[in-house]
Amino acid sequence: MTNHIQINTTVNGENVSRLVEPRTSLVDFVRYELSLTGSHVGCEHGICGACTIKVNGEITRGCLMLAVQADGGTVETIEGLSETGEIADLQDAFLNRNAGQCGACTPGMLLTADALLKTNSSPTRSEIREFLSGNYCRCTGYEAIVDAIEVTATNRRKGS
Amino acid sequence: MKPSPFEYARPSSLDEALGLLVSSNGNASILAGGQSLMPTLNMRLSSPSLLIDINNLAELDGIKVAGGSLRIGALTRHSSVEGSKEVAQHAPLITMAMPHIAHPAIRNRGTFGGSIALADPAAELPACLCALNADIEIANTNGRRKIAASDFFKDLYETDLADDELLTAVEVPLNAEGYKSAFQELARRHGDYAMTGLAAHAKIEGNIVSDLRLAFFAISGTPVLATKAAAAISGKEVNDEAISIVQKTLEEDLEPFDDLHCSAKTKLIYAKELSSRILKVLIT
Repeated sequence: MTNHIQINTTVNGENVSRLVEPRTSLVDFVRYELSLTGSHVGCEHGICGACTIKVNGEITRGCLMLAVQADGGTVETIEGLSETGEIADLQDAFLNRNAGQCGACTPGMLLTADALLKTNSSPTRSEIREFLSGNYCRCTGYEAIVDAIEVTATNRRKGS
Repeated sequence: MKPSPFEYARPSSLDEALGLLVSSNGNASILAGGQSLMPTLNMRLSSPSLLIDINNLAELDGIKVAGGSLRIGALTRHSSVEGSKEVAQHAPLITMAMPHIAHPAIRNRGTFGGSIALADPAAELPACLCALNADIEIANTNGRRKIAASDFFKDLYETDLADDELLTAVEVPLNAEGYKSAFQELARRHGDYAMTGLAAHAKIEGNIVSDLRLAFFAISGTPVLATKAAAAISGKEVNDEAISIVQKTLEEDLEPFDDLHCSAKTKLIYAKELSSRILKVLIT
Protein backbone atom coordinates (compact mmCIF):
# COMPACT_ATOMS: atom_id res chain seq x y z
CA MET A 1 0.00 0.00 0.00
CA THR A 2 1.46 3.33 -1.01
CA ASN A 3 0.92 6.62 0.74
CA HIS A 4 -1.87 8.79 -0.55
CA ILE A 5 -0.93 12.35 -1.40
CA GLN A 6 -2.95 15.49 -0.86
CA ILE A 7 -3.50 17.54 -4.00
CA ASN A 8 -5.09 20.93 -4.51
CA THR A 9 -6.08 21.82 -8.03
CA THR A 10 -8.60 23.85 -9.98
CA VAL A 11 -10.91 21.82 -12.17
CA ASN A 12 -13.24 23.69 -14.51
CA GLY A 13 -12.91 26.76 -12.32
CA GLU A 14 -13.62 25.03 -9.01
CA ASN A 15 -11.07 24.35 -6.29
CA VAL A 16 -10.66 20.65 -5.64
CA SER A 17 -8.75 19.03 -2.76
CA ARG A 18 -8.40 15.26 -2.64
CA LEU A 19 -6.16 12.52 -1.34
CA VAL A 20 -4.96 10.49 -4.31
CA GLU A 21 -2.93 7.37 -4.81
CA PRO A 22 0.25 8.29 -6.77
CA ARG A 23 -0.53 5.85 -9.58
CA THR A 24 -3.93 7.39 -10.37
CA SER A 25 -3.87 8.98 -13.82
CA LEU A 26 -5.37 12.42 -14.31
CA VAL A 27 -8.13 11.05 -16.54
CA ASP A 28 -9.12 8.39 -13.98
CA PHE A 29 -9.08 11.08 -11.30
CA VAL A 30 -11.54 13.35 -13.10
CA ARG A 31 -13.74 10.40 -14.08
CA TYR A 32 -13.87 8.46 -10.80
CA GLU A 33 -13.21 11.12 -8.14
CA LEU A 34 -15.04 14.01 -9.77
CA SER A 35 -17.55 12.09 -11.92
CA LEU A 36 -16.51 14.09 -14.99
CA THR A 37 -16.94 11.23 -17.45
CA GLY A 38 -16.74 13.30 -20.62
CA SER A 39 -13.01 12.59 -20.87
CA HIS A 40 -12.82 9.07 -22.21
CA VAL A 41 -10.30 6.32 -21.58
CA GLY A 42 -9.25 4.49 -24.71
CA CYS A 43 -5.83 2.98 -25.17
CA GLU A 44 -4.17 4.19 -21.94
CA HIS A 45 -0.84 4.60 -23.68
CA GLY A 46 -1.10 7.91 -25.44
CA ILE A 47 -2.05 6.76 -28.91
CA CYS A 48 -5.79 7.41 -29.27
CA GLY A 49 -6.33 10.90 -27.83
CA ALA A 50 -9.76 10.09 -26.30
CA CYS A 51 -8.52 11.23 -22.87
CA THR A 52 -7.42 14.71 -24.01
CA ILE A 53 -7.61 17.19 -21.10
CA LYS A 54 -6.35 20.76 -20.79
CA VAL A 55 -3.75 21.29 -18.10
CA ASN A 56 -2.55 24.83 -17.42
CA GLY A 57 -4.21 25.86 -20.69
CA GLU A 58 -2.59 23.25 -22.93
CA ILE A 59 -4.04 20.03 -24.28
CA THR A 60 -2.41 16.91 -22.82
CA ARG A 61 -2.99 13.19 -22.65
CA GLY A 62 -5.01 12.52 -19.48
CA CYS A 63 -3.70 8.95 -19.42
CA LEU A 64 -0.03 10.02 -19.55
CA MET A 65 -0.15 12.35 -16.58
CA LEU A 66 -0.64 11.52 -12.93
CA ALA A 67 -3.30 13.23 -10.85
CA VAL A 68 -0.59 14.20 -8.33
CA GLN A 69 1.10 16.18 -11.09
CA ALA A 70 -1.95 18.42 -11.39
CA ASP A 71 -1.29 19.66 -7.84
CA GLY A 72 -1.27 23.46 -7.94
CA GLY A 73 -2.36 23.49 -11.57
CA THR A 74 -5.44 24.26 -13.61
CA VAL A 75 -7.41 21.48 -15.26
CA GLU A 76 -10.17 21.88 -17.85
CA THR A 77 -12.27 19.07 -19.24
CA ILE A 78 -14.88 18.92 -21.98
CA GLU A 79 -17.53 19.60 -19.30
CA GLY A 80 -15.87 22.91 -18.43
CA LEU A 81 -15.48 24.00 -22.03
CA SER A 82 -19.09 23.04 -22.75
CA GLU A 83 -20.46 24.93 -19.78
CA THR A 84 -18.69 28.19 -20.57
CA GLY A 85 -20.03 28.08 -24.13
CA GLU A 86 -16.61 28.87 -25.55
CA ILE A 87 -16.73 26.00 -28.03
CA ALA A 88 -20.50 26.03 -28.63
CA ASP A 89 -20.04 26.91 -32.31
CA LEU A 90 -17.59 24.03 -32.78
CA GLN A 91 -19.98 21.64 -31.04
CA ASP A 92 -22.86 22.83 -33.25
CA ALA A 93 -20.72 22.28 -36.35
CA PHE A 94 -19.90 18.72 -35.20
CA LEU A 95 -23.62 18.07 -34.66
CA ASN A 96 -24.69 19.56 -37.99
CA ARG A 97 -22.10 17.60 -39.94
CA ASN A 98 -22.71 14.37 -37.94
CA ALA A 99 -19.04 14.41 -36.95
CA GLY A 100 -19.79 12.67 -33.67
CA GLN A 101 -21.29 9.28 -34.49
CA CYS A 102 -20.41 6.89 -31.60
CA GLY A 103 -18.98 9.77 -29.55
CA ALA A 104 -15.97 7.99 -28.05
CA CYS A 105 -13.43 10.29 -29.68
CA THR A 106 -15.59 13.43 -29.75
CA PRO A 107 -14.52 15.16 -26.49
CA GLY A 108 -10.85 14.69 -27.41
CA MET A 109 -11.51 15.85 -30.96
CA LEU A 110 -13.28 18.99 -29.72
CA LEU A 111 -10.48 19.94 -27.32
CA THR A 112 -7.82 19.29 -29.96
CA ALA A 113 -9.75 21.22 -32.64
CA ASP A 114 -10.18 24.11 -30.20
CA ALA A 115 -6.43 24.14 -29.55
CA LEU A 116 -5.77 24.22 -33.31
CA LEU A 117 -8.20 27.08 -33.96
CA LYS A 118 -6.65 29.12 -31.14
CA THR A 119 -3.22 28.98 -32.81
CA ASN A 120 -4.32 28.95 -36.46
CA SER A 121 -7.50 30.77 -37.43
CA SER A 122 -7.49 29.58 -41.05
CA PRO A 123 -6.03 26.07 -41.18
CA THR A 124 -5.99 24.16 -44.47
CA ARG A 125 -7.62 20.74 -44.54
CA SER A 126 -4.18 19.18 -44.50
CA GLU A 127 -3.16 21.23 -41.45
CA ILE A 128 -6.37 20.16 -39.70
CA ARG A 129 -5.59 16.50 -40.44
CA GLU A 130 -2.02 16.90 -39.27
CA PHE A 131 -3.07 18.53 -35.99
CA LEU A 132 -5.68 15.82 -35.40
CA SER A 133 -3.25 13.02 -36.23
CA GLY A 134 -2.98 12.13 -32.54
CA ASN A 135 -6.73 11.57 -32.17
CA TYR A 136 -8.25 8.34 -33.46
CA CYS A 137 -11.78 8.13 -34.82
CA ARG A 138 -13.07 4.74 -35.96
CA CYS A 139 -16.47 5.92 -37.26
CA THR A 140 -16.30 8.96 -39.46
CA GLY A 141 -13.25 8.41 -41.62
CA TYR A 142 -12.38 11.94 -40.42
CA GLU A 143 -14.01 13.73 -43.38
CA ALA A 144 -16.98 14.97 -41.33
CA ILE A 145 -14.69 16.08 -38.49
CA VAL A 146 -12.40 18.01 -40.85
CA ASP A 147 -15.49 19.57 -42.46
CA ALA A 148 -16.87 20.68 -39.09
CA ILE A 149 -13.59 22.28 -38.05
CA GLU A 150 -13.19 23.97 -41.42
CA VAL A 151 -16.73 25.41 -41.21
CA THR A 152 -16.10 26.65 -37.67
CA ALA A 153 -12.88 28.36 -38.74
CA THR A 154 -14.65 30.03 -41.69
CA ASN A 155 -17.55 31.20 -39.51
CA ARG A 156 -15.25 32.56 -36.83
CA ARG A 157 -13.31 34.54 -39.44
CA LYS A 158 -16.58 36.00 -40.71
CA GLY A 159 -17.40 36.86 -37.12
CA SER A 160 -20.70 34.98 -37.18
CA MET B 1 -4.27 -1.24 -17.78
CA LYS B 2 -3.29 0.55 -14.60
CA PRO B 3 0.25 0.86 -13.21
CA SER B 4 1.53 -1.16 -10.26
CA PRO B 5 1.61 0.90 -7.05
CA PHE B 6 4.64 3.14 -6.55
CA GLU B 7 5.79 5.85 -4.18
CA TYR B 8 6.02 9.37 -5.52
CA ALA B 9 8.54 12.10 -4.73
CA ARG B 10 8.71 15.62 -6.10
CA PRO B 11 12.15 17.02 -5.23
CA SER B 12 12.64 20.77 -5.29
CA SER B 13 16.34 20.74 -6.15
CA LEU B 14 18.69 18.80 -8.40
CA ASP B 15 20.72 17.67 -5.37
CA GLU B 16 17.61 16.29 -3.72
CA ALA B 17 16.68 14.42 -6.92
CA LEU B 18 20.19 12.94 -7.21
CA GLY B 19 20.09 11.94 -3.53
CA LEU B 20 16.83 10.08 -4.11
CA LEU B 21 18.33 8.33 -7.15
CA VAL B 22 21.31 7.15 -5.12
CA SER B 23 19.21 5.92 -2.20
CA SER B 24 16.78 4.05 -4.45
CA ASN B 25 19.50 1.67 -5.70
CA GLY B 26 18.22 1.56 -9.26
CA ASN B 27 14.57 0.97 -8.29
CA ALA B 28 13.42 4.49 -9.15
CA SER B 29 12.36 6.03 -12.45
CA ILE B 30 12.70 9.69 -13.33
CA LEU B 31 9.37 11.25 -14.30
CA ALA B 32 9.83 14.23 -16.62
CA GLY B 33 7.22 14.57 -19.38
CA GLY B 34 6.12 11.00 -18.80
CA GLN B 35 5.05 10.54 -22.42
CA SER B 36 7.09 7.35 -22.81
CA LEU B 37 7.36 6.34 -19.14
CA MET B 38 3.62 6.38 -18.44
CA PRO B 39 2.74 3.93 -21.24
CA THR B 40 5.32 1.45 -19.91
CA LEU B 41 3.87 1.84 -16.40
CA ASN B 42 0.29 1.54 -17.64
CA MET B 43 1.16 -1.62 -19.55
CA ARG B 44 3.23 -2.86 -16.59
CA LEU B 45 6.29 -3.24 -18.75
CA SER B 46 8.11 -1.58 -15.87
CA SER B 47 7.23 -1.27 -12.20
CA PRO B 48 9.62 1.05 -10.35
CA SER B 49 9.08 1.34 -6.59
CA LEU B 50 9.57 5.11 -6.72
CA LEU B 51 8.85 7.83 -9.26
CA ILE B 52 11.03 10.91 -8.91
CA ASP B 53 9.07 13.74 -10.50
CA ILE B 54 11.58 16.37 -11.68
CA ASN B 55 8.98 18.78 -13.06
CA ASN B 56 9.64 21.28 -10.26
CA LEU B 57 13.34 21.60 -11.12
CA ALA B 58 13.09 24.93 -12.93
CA GLU B 59 16.89 24.99 -13.31
CA LEU B 60 16.57 22.20 -15.90
CA ASP B 61 14.06 24.13 -18.01
CA GLY B 62 14.90 26.67 -20.68
CA ILE B 63 16.91 27.53 -23.77
CA LYS B 64 19.87 29.90 -23.90
CA VAL B 65 22.87 30.79 -26.06
CA ALA B 66 26.15 30.79 -24.15
CA GLY B 67 29.80 30.14 -24.88
CA GLY B 68 29.41 29.34 -28.57
CA SER B 69 26.67 26.81 -28.04
CA LEU B 70 22.94 26.53 -27.72
CA ARG B 71 21.99 25.07 -24.37
CA ILE B 72 18.65 23.29 -24.11
CA GLY B 73 17.65 22.26 -20.57
CA ALA B 74 16.53 18.67 -20.17
CA LEU B 75 13.09 19.67 -18.89
CA THR B 76 12.32 22.00 -21.82
CA ARG B 77 9.06 20.85 -23.42
CA HIS B 78 9.07 19.85 -27.08
CA SER B 79 6.48 22.57 -27.77
CA SER B 80 8.84 25.22 -26.33
CA VAL B 81 11.73 23.96 -28.46
CA GLU B 82 9.46 23.88 -31.52
CA GLY B 83 8.53 27.54 -31.07
CA SER B 84 11.97 28.80 -30.00
CA LYS B 85 13.55 31.53 -32.13
CA GLU B 86 16.99 30.69 -30.68
CA VAL B 87 16.68 27.08 -31.77
CA ALA B 88 15.44 28.07 -35.25
CA GLN B 89 18.38 30.42 -35.66
CA HIS B 90 21.20 28.37 -34.17
CA ALA B 91 20.10 24.75 -34.66
CA PRO B 92 17.54 24.74 -37.49
CA LEU B 93 17.84 20.95 -37.81
CA ILE B 94 16.12 20.58 -34.44
CA THR B 95 13.33 22.96 -35.47
CA MET B 96 12.81 20.89 -38.64
CA ALA B 97 12.55 17.68 -36.62
CA MET B 98 10.11 18.90 -33.95
CA PRO B 99 6.82 18.61 -35.91
CA HIS B 100 7.62 14.94 -36.54
CA ILE B 101 7.73 14.14 -32.81
CA ALA B 102 4.37 12.59 -31.97
CA HIS B 103 1.39 14.95 -31.75
CA PRO B 104 0.71 18.45 -30.33
CA ALA B 105 -0.82 17.17 -27.06
CA ILE B 106 2.26 15.01 -26.48
CA ARG B 107 4.71 17.75 -27.46
CA ASN B 108 3.08 20.02 -24.85
CA ARG B 109 4.18 17.67 -22.11
CA GLY B 110 7.11 15.61 -23.45
CA THR B 111 10.59 16.91 -22.71
CA PHE B 112 13.72 17.33 -24.81
CA GLY B 113 15.92 15.56 -22.27
CA GLY B 114 13.42 12.74 -21.80
CA SER B 115 13.57 11.86 -25.47
CA ILE B 116 17.38 11.77 -25.34
CA ALA B 117 17.56 9.75 -22.10
CA LEU B 118 15.05 7.18 -23.35
CA ALA B 119 17.03 6.60 -26.58
CA ASP B 120 14.21 5.10 -28.59
CA PRO B 121 15.77 3.85 -31.85
CA ALA B 122 13.02 5.55 -33.86
CA ALA B 123 13.33 8.90 -32.07
CA GLU B 124 14.23 12.01 -34.04
CA LEU B 125 16.26 13.98 -31.48
CA PRO B 126 19.06 11.48 -30.79
CA ALA B 127 19.85 11.44 -34.52
CA CYS B 128 19.73 15.25 -34.72
CA LEU B 129 22.20 15.52 -31.83
CA CYS B 130 24.57 13.07 -33.55
CA ALA B 131 24.30 15.00 -36.83
CA LEU B 132 25.03 18.28 -35.03
CA ASN B 133 27.88 16.84 -32.94
CA ALA B 134 26.16 17.98 -29.74
CA ASP B 135 27.28 17.32 -26.18
CA ILE B 136 25.08 15.83 -23.50
CA GLU B 137 25.47 17.07 -19.93
CA ILE B 138 24.92 14.62 -17.10
CA ALA B 139 24.77 15.25 -13.34
CA ASN B 140 25.58 12.90 -10.50
CA THR B 141 26.38 13.42 -6.83
CA ASN B 142 30.03 14.06 -7.72
CA GLY B 143 29.25 16.90 -10.12
CA ARG B 144 28.64 17.15 -13.83
CA ARG B 145 30.19 15.54 -16.89
CA LYS B 146 29.79 15.91 -20.62
CA ILE B 147 29.73 13.31 -23.35
CA ALA B 148 29.47 13.57 -27.13
CA ALA B 149 26.06 12.51 -28.43
CA SER B 150 27.63 9.91 -30.72
CA ASP B 151 29.21 8.22 -27.65
CA PHE B 152 26.11 8.55 -25.46
CA PHE B 153 23.82 6.13 -27.32
CA LYS B 154 25.01 2.57 -26.64
CA ASP B 155 22.28 0.24 -27.84
CA LEU B 156 18.51 -0.22 -27.97
CA TYR B 157 17.25 2.06 -25.11
CA GLU B 158 20.74 1.88 -23.60
CA THR B 159 22.80 4.99 -22.96
CA ASP B 160 25.86 6.07 -21.03
CA LEU B 161 23.61 7.25 -18.15
CA ALA B 162 24.19 5.32 -14.92
CA ASP B 163 21.32 4.50 -12.54
CA ASP B 164 22.31 7.35 -10.21
CA GLU B 165 22.69 9.98 -12.93
CA LEU B 166 20.39 12.55 -14.44
CA LEU B 167 20.57 14.11 -17.90
CA THR B 168 20.55 17.88 -17.27
CA ALA B 169 21.07 19.62 -20.62
CA VAL B 170 22.19 19.37 -24.21
CA GLU B 171 24.72 21.73 -25.79
CA VAL B 172 24.59 22.16 -29.54
CA PRO B 173 27.36 24.02 -31.41
CA LEU B 174 25.93 27.16 -33.01
CA ASN B 175 25.14 26.78 -36.70
CA ALA B 176 28.23 27.98 -38.56
CA GLU B 177 28.32 30.19 -41.65
CA GLY B 178 27.83 28.19 -44.85
CA TYR B 179 26.32 25.16 -43.13
CA LYS B 180 22.89 23.76 -43.89
CA SER B 181 20.64 21.14 -42.33
CA ALA B 182 17.95 18.88 -43.70
CA PHE B 183 15.57 16.43 -42.06
CA GLN B 184 13.25 13.79 -43.49
CA GLU B 185 11.50 10.71 -42.20
CA LEU B 186 9.13 8.13 -43.57
CA ALA B 187 6.20 7.22 -41.29
CA ARG B 188 2.86 5.62 -42.00
CA ARG B 189 0.91 8.40 -40.29
CA HIS B 190 2.07 11.88 -39.32
CA GLY B 191 3.54 11.69 -35.82
CA ASP B 192 3.93 7.92 -35.84
CA TYR B 193 7.24 6.21 -35.24
CA ALA B 194 9.49 6.55 -38.24
CA MET B 195 10.08 3.55 -40.49
CA THR B 196 13.39 5.19 -41.42
CA GLY B 197 14.62 8.73 -40.94
CA LEU B 198 17.61 10.90 -41.71
CA ALA B 199 19.00 14.04 -40.08
CA ALA B 200 21.79 15.75 -42.01
CA HIS B 201 24.13 18.68 -41.55
CA ALA B 202 26.85 19.85 -43.94
CA LYS B 203 28.86 22.70 -45.32
CA ILE B 204 27.46 23.76 -48.68
CA GLU B 205 29.24 25.86 -51.30
CA GLY B 206 27.19 26.02 -54.46
CA ASN B 207 26.59 22.37 -55.32
CA ILE B 208 29.57 21.12 -53.36
CA VAL B 209 29.04 19.39 -50.06
CA SER B 210 31.67 18.88 -47.36
CA ASP B 211 31.89 18.08 -43.63
CA LEU B 212 28.71 16.06 -44.17
CA ARG B 213 27.11 14.27 -41.23
CA LEU B 214 24.34 11.83 -42.09
CA ALA B 215 22.58 10.49 -38.99
CA PHE B 216 20.05 7.75 -39.68
CA PHE B 217 17.40 6.65 -37.17
CA ALA B 218 14.88 3.81 -36.95
CA ILE B 219 17.56 1.79 -38.73
CA SER B 220 19.15 -0.14 -35.86
CA GLY B 221 19.53 0.13 -32.06
CA THR B 222 21.06 3.60 -32.00
CA PRO B 223 21.36 6.54 -34.38
CA VAL B 224 23.92 5.66 -37.03
CA LEU B 225 26.37 8.14 -38.55
CA ALA B 226 26.96 7.01 -42.11
CA THR B 227 30.62 8.06 -42.17
CA LYS B 228 31.73 6.11 -45.24
CA ALA B 229 28.85 7.40 -47.36
CA ALA B 230 29.52 10.95 -46.16
CA ALA B 231 33.24 10.62 -46.98
CA ALA B 232 32.39 9.32 -50.46
CA ILE B 233 30.77 12.61 -51.45
CA SER B 234 32.78 15.03 -49.33
CA GLY B 235 34.25 17.89 -51.37
CA LYS B 236 32.30 16.77 -54.42
CA GLU B 237 29.41 18.16 -56.38
CA VAL B 238 25.99 16.69 -55.62
CA ASN B 239 24.75 15.09 -58.83
CA ASP B 240 23.10 11.81 -59.85
CA GLU B 241 26.40 9.96 -60.05
CA ALA B 242 27.58 11.15 -56.63
CA ILE B 243 24.20 10.30 -55.11
CA SER B 244 24.34 6.76 -56.47
CA ILE B 245 27.83 6.32 -54.97
CA VAL B 246 26.50 7.51 -51.58
CA GLN B 247 23.57 5.10 -51.87
CA LYS B 248 25.86 2.17 -52.69
CA THR B 249 28.22 3.07 -49.82
CA LEU B 250 25.31 3.10 -47.36
CA GLU B 251 25.33 -0.70 -47.64
CA GLU B 252 28.68 -0.61 -45.76
CA ASP B 253 27.56 1.93 -43.16
CA LEU B 254 24.17 0.53 -42.23
CA GLU B 255 23.12 -2.76 -40.70
CA PRO B 256 19.35 -2.32 -40.54
CA PHE B 257 17.16 -4.49 -38.31
CA ASP B 258 13.62 -5.69 -38.91
CA ASP B 259 10.98 -3.94 -36.84
CA LEU B 260 7.18 -3.88 -36.58
CA HIS B 261 6.90 -1.57 -39.56
CA CYS B 262 9.16 -3.08 -42.17
CA SER B 263 12.00 -5.46 -42.93
CA ALA B 264 15.70 -4.65 -42.82
CA LYS B 265 15.78 -4.83 -46.61
CA THR B 266 13.02 -2.26 -46.91
CA LYS B 267 14.79 0.02 -44.41
CA LEU B 268 17.91 -0.01 -46.58
CA ILE B 269 15.85 0.96 -49.62
CA TYR B 270 14.24 3.79 -47.61
CA ALA B 271 17.64 4.93 -46.33
CA LYS B 272 18.96 5.15 -49.88
CA GLU B 273 15.90 7.09 -51.00
CA LEU B 274 16.18 9.49 -48.05
CA SER B 275 19.87 10.10 -48.72
CA SER B 276 19.05 11.13 -52.27
CA ARG B 277 16.24 13.43 -51.17
CA ILE B 278 18.31 14.98 -48.38
CA LEU B 279 21.33 15.71 -50.59
CA LYS B 280 19.07 17.42 -53.13
CA VAL B 281 17.45 19.49 -50.37
CA LEU B 282 20.86 20.47 -48.99
CA ILE B 283 21.98 22.06 -52.26
CA THR B 284 18.74 23.91 -52.99
